[in-house]
Amino acid sequence: MTRARLQTIFYTIAALIALIGLADATYLTVTHLTGEDLVCGSGDCSAVLGSVYATVAGIPTAAFGALAYFAVFSSALLAAFGYARARIFLTLVVAVMFGVTLWLLYVQAFILHAFCPFCLLSAALTFFLAGIIIATPSTTLQQSEDGSTTP
Amino acid sequence: MKRYLPFVVIAAVAVLTVGAGALFYRAKQGAVASGGVTRPSTNETGAEPLHVRGQLGAPVTLEEFGDFECPSCATAAEVVSKLEQDYGPRLRVVWRNFPLEMHAHAMEAALAAEAAGLQGRFWEMHDLLYKNQAVWTKALDVHPFFSMYARSLHLDVERFARDSTSDEVKVRVVSNRDDGVSRGVKNTPTLFINRHEVRPPFSSERLHEAIDGALAESTPKAFEADRASPPAKIQPRGDRK
Repeated sequence: MTRARLQTIFYTIAALIALIGLADATYLTVTHLTGEDLVCGSGDCSAVLGSVYATVAGIPTAAFGALAYFAVFSSALLAAFGYARARIFLTLVVAVMFGVTLWLLYVQAFILHAFCPFCLLSAALTFFLAGIIIATPSTTLQQSEDGSTTP
Repeated sequence: MKRYLPFVVIAAVAVLTVGAGALFYRAKQGAVASGGVTRPSTNETGAEPLHVRGQLGAPVTLEEFGDFECPSCATAAEVVSKLEQDYGPRLRVVWRNFPLEMHAHAMEAALAAEAAGLQGRFWEMHDLLYKNQAVWTKALDVHPFFSMYARSLHLDVERFARDSTSDEVKVRVVSNRDDGVSRGVKNTPTLFINRHEVRPPFSSERLHEAIDGALAESTPKAFEADRASPPAKIQPRGDRK
């Protein structure tokens, strides 16, 4: 199997994982917007999603997650189709998501002392994405006329 | 065609996500609305409210079981404060403590509010605790913050510190919480309007709707009785002892 083929497979897997993350984050965003989790005491999810860390400037943190997963999906798909810049963007977005995920895990473990399963799923997906990005074989890319690249 | 395929897929996923999210939101909203704007409280009596704001003869009583460390309660407090302005003498607000065990400092905050209440400043401490929630909830030791708030309210700080650990305030808080448990309260904030539970979210619009409904249900006799009787004692910021 060629490196190019391997890359396509890895980026396609990354895009599929991002789709799961997008669904998870969309669910959390909608739940937050409907106010279903806007009470304290209805389980560990409400402890996390009803906390001050669940919003940034009034916007649900999950909404930023949804945007990030959409960005990962888009860039992974473009990367699978050979767009070199998309690969760089994908790496940057996943790196940021990795850092934010570490912070949110710290908040859940040491500040809130509660874990939300949906947040843990998102963390697992992000770690998986980071693993894929690291594992994807690198190649010297050549820019073609239509903006796509070939190894 | 291959050149445009990823963009088509990305656009399709974007549309699908927004569409599914919107449908899910509508479904959830419908479930929340039909899930009962109100649910009657099973226990009518409860403990005698210690903290009341508004006229005793007001046609609508909004009762809140709250936790000072709960962010949703802080949000609800702002909404309730606005409702008090909007409805004036037609709305009476009753507060009951319901500190959740999941919040590390909720009990200490409830005790501090009750201790301030012993010096007639419950509502001021209530407002301060919510206003500064993001600050003191992150502290390991909250007592310096509460002492600072007590000082800013011109309380006798030594008495406040003593009262905060007294059995009297503990009994107040625990009896409030027991009352909530007996009425099926599990989460905070839990709101009752004329003894009917209101389901979240506690947006201004939803609470306006619930209060307007309660006002419509209240008989004109209530208003006539109010007019006939001497003006009820107004306790805008004080505590009922």
